[in-house]
Amino acid sequence: MESLTFRHTTKKPLPGSVPSAITGVVASGNLEILLERVLPPDACEVAIETPIAGYGDVWEAVVADFVARAQPGGLRISINDGGARPDTVSLRLLQGARLMEA
Amino acid sequence: MGEWRGERRARDARIAAGRAHADGKVVPAGAVVDLLESILRPGDRVCLEGDNQKQADCLARGLSACDPDKIHDLHMVQSGIVLPEHLDVFETGIAKRLDYSYSGPQGARIAKMLYGGQIELGAVHTYLELFARYFVDLTPNVALIAGVSADRNGNLYTGPNTEDTPTVVEATAFKNGVVVAQVNEIVDTVPRVDIPGDRVDFVVEADTPFYVEPLFTRDPAAMTETQILIAMMAIKGIYAEYGIRRLNHGIGFGTAAIELLLPTYGEKLGLKGKIATHWALNPHPTLIPAIESGWVKQVHCFGSEVGMDRYIRERPDIFFTGADGSLRSNRAFCQTAGLYACDMFIGATLQIDLMGHSSTVTQSRVAGFGGAPNMGSDPHGRRHPSDAWMKAGREGQIVGDPALMRGRKLVVQLVETFGDKLVPTFVEKLDALELAKKIGLELAPVMIYADDVTHIVTEEGIANLLLCRDADEREQAIRGVAGYTEVGRGRDRTKVEALRARGVIRRPEDLGIEPLDADRALLAAKSIKDLVHWSGGLYEPPARFRNW
Amino acid sequence: MAGDRAASIDPDALSWYEATARQRVLALTDPGSFREFLPPTERRMSPHLPLFDLPRAFDDGIVVGRARLDGEPVLIAAQEGRFMGGAFGEVHGGKLVGLLRAALALKPKAVLILFDTGGVRLQEANAGETAIAEAMRAIVDVRVAGIPVIGLIGGRAGCYGGGGLIAGTCSRLAVSEGGRISVSGPEVIETNKGAEEFDSRDRALVWRTMGGKHRRLIGGADAFCADTVSAFRKAARDLVGRAPAFDLDTLEAEQARLEARIDRFGDCRDATDVWARLGVNDPESVPAMDTDAFAETVARSPEADHDAR
Repeated sequence: MESLTFRHTTKKPLPGSVPSAITGVVASGNLEILLERVLPPDACEVAIETPIAGYGDVWEAVVADFVARAQPGGLRISINDGGARPDTVSLRLLQGARLMEA
Repeated sequence: MGEWRGERRARDARIAAGRAHADGKVVPAGAVVDLLESILRPGDRVCLEGDNQKQADCLARGLSACDPDKIHDLHMVQSGIVLPEHLDVFETGIAKRLDYSYSGPQGARIAKMLYGGQIELGAVHTYLELFARYFVDLTPNVALIAGVSADRNGNLYTGPNTEDTPTVVEATAFKNGVVVAQVNEIVDTVPRVDIPGDRVDFVVEADTPFYVEPLFTRDPAAMTETQILIAMMAIKGIYAEYGIRRLNHGIGFGTAAIELLLPTYGEKLGLKGKIATHWALNPHPTLIPAIESGWVKQVHCFGSEVGMDRYIRERPDIFFTGADGSLRSNRAFCQTAGLYACDMFIGATLQIDLMGHSSTVTQSRVAGFGGAPNMGSDPHGRRHPSDAWMKAGREGQIVGDPALMRGRKLVVQLVETFGDKLVPTFVEKLDALELAKKIGLELAPVMIYADDVTHIVTEEGIANLLLCRDADEREQAIRGVAGYTEVGRGRDRTKVEALRARGVIRRPEDLGIEPLDADRALLAAKSIKDLVHWSGGLYEPPARFRNW
Repeated sequence: MAGDRAASIDPDALSWYEATARQRVLALTDPGSFREFLPPTERRMSPHLPLFDLPRAFDDGIVVGRARLDGEPVLIAAQEGRFMGGAFGEVHGGKLVGLLRAALALKPKAVLILFDTGGVRLQEANAGETAIAEAMRAIVDVRVAGIPVIGLIGGRAGCYGGGGLIAGTCSRLAVSEGGRISVSGPEVIETNKGAEEFDSRDRALVWRTMGGKHRRLIGGADAFCADTVSAFRKAARDLVGRAPAFDLDTLEAEQARLEARIDRFGDCRDATDVWARLGVNDPESVPAMDTDAFAETVARSPEADHDAR
């Protein structure tokens, strides 16, 4: 298993007040994403556990795009990956952010 | 000079030799090897009917059991290399040379045998190309074909999977060749005559019914949100935009998702009757909801599909059916229809390079072409206009007199940026080039050349290549929809944004599509069982697709 | 904890087969009533899977907690069939056993188990097997205390292996057409006995042997649901209301029922033979029947309903 952690500073906190949310399932080609509102409002941390090694730069790019788009300030995001493709990861991250905004 | 009937005399001699093993035209399954050994000659050109779906498997087993001392160095000319026996004959020396179109399930073994020199390869063709050569320089001496039933005079009922049979028989029977048909049963009267008896010399009652592969059944249960998103973009950004009525779909999950979104998402967009009305398509089970909702006017088929027979019989306004009620398919005619009468081909591929060339070849597999290159090409012989065709023509015209402009066929590649096991779809260089070098092919096996492709749709967006004005724009347009692949990450962001501003690249949000709305709830059917319900119980899926 | 989006979807439209464990729990119980024990934020994950380089799940593939069903308190457990086939590992099994034991103290109206499992997780088999035995024992205690334990089965992994054993100890079971209940799975049977005995790729054979309709017709399950969360909700409410007492009479009735089943059907070669003996006019037509037609067939089956279990 490969562990990756990315820390970003955001321009604003993610709206909403939901304390935590989970979306997705750890299955082949899929992943689960746990989101917790536990960080300072301008910070976001994404920690990934993946069985597929060697895709660190792809994860970095996916996470950076997500942070730029969603501005998920305040969130600690934890991912259990089952070998999901980058587009699935992006989709789940956006789904998770929407749950937290509710 | 003066010898004008040598071929005819040779044919008569073969038939006379074969008659020793027949009762009239009828040959028992146990005598197949004797029959084949008596009618074949070393070096013959032989079409052993292996179609995309239907297989003359009893005759294939017979041919591979022939004595290589008697029958050898055959030149096989058939569209599909599908059964193990199709390649076994090259290992034993019964066959030597091969011209074919498609080798899906045998793709890995054929690559190995080509590499090892066991097969002398003529060429890998498209279907229409191989059929055309049957009438010019690859005319079979003997055709071994398959049908459902025959009468004792050889009148043949092919069943719904007529496929290649009329073409093969036309080329063989009318040019001094011998035609042998395997059938599931000999009957007094066939339900309809697909091949008249005077074109069939021998009829073999097969030991088991011929094999048909359910190639076109896509289980809606396996469709992903990404595929649904891509399908939504295609419907809104291409089908609606160009008003595509006449079309062909590939066999992938992406196009199957489009079929399942027509009665839901398409309906919501008010597109019913405006798009996707006339089809050159196999009877895809996933098209059932669109047919039942009144979207589809008519469908002509290359072949049939396992389990669809009863449904088709009850929908003769939609499908082409015989006097007996069952489907009449025809690969050559349907390919021609796909080439000349459709405004759009849309399908998937395994690899796309920076210019838009695409291929389904990987380093270890030679899958062949089938029909995609025919339908996925702009036919320069087309002379009838349509709104979709003319619009594409206008978009693609860079220079020249507008009065002399012709239209363009839309050739759309619908792909996810990554395939199975995180293999990228977008590459700097196609594996096909490497393979061509390795096995010494003069022509690299490119499925669809870049100059035929008009659009690439991925989960990241639509690239309209018609609007690209030079090679650099084209490369950036492709990189701009290539997602997180290396090709995609290698984009020039400024150039990509400029292309987006011009509408060359369109993101989901540019089309008014929210990616989070791409939900399985949009599918008109979420399972094979749902398709059965839509069909009113007429669709009978094969056991492997059931969960009830 | 906010769950998957589909939790807000109408339970009439939400497919049980398609839903995740979390979506099933949220849509099955009264809105807003679910409180999860050991939620994902606690990160009680498998200690064993990393040794095999396998990904873990924050809830180890099972959601447990308390909720209300029509205002009545219930305890509920739901397996996630897509994570490792819903298989029992140490934490996963421990959460189910703990929930069952908590029932003795909390005295809910019922315990609902939403099975979706292939059995025991290979990588932590000892702990998984132990959990199966402990769960069965705990169910006995819960039933002795007068609390019904209801199993709901309609997920893609079915209810196999130890899950099938646990289901056998429940007070009542509800199943949908897509649900399957057995101990040995199709592939296991084929591996041990050969494809001639049981062809696991013949899915029609698999379903008519182990699927929801067959189980309902012979009384292996006590309710048959359409594949929606609301149908399972209705079945759960109904079964809670008519769960048998757990006493000697019930056990003797169950023993007699199972013996009679063997006597009556022991020589059948196929489920269609069983259905014919049950008096089904056209056994071949059973798999294609819709829910209403099937309900009429069930009503005529002498084995479908019983006082045992």
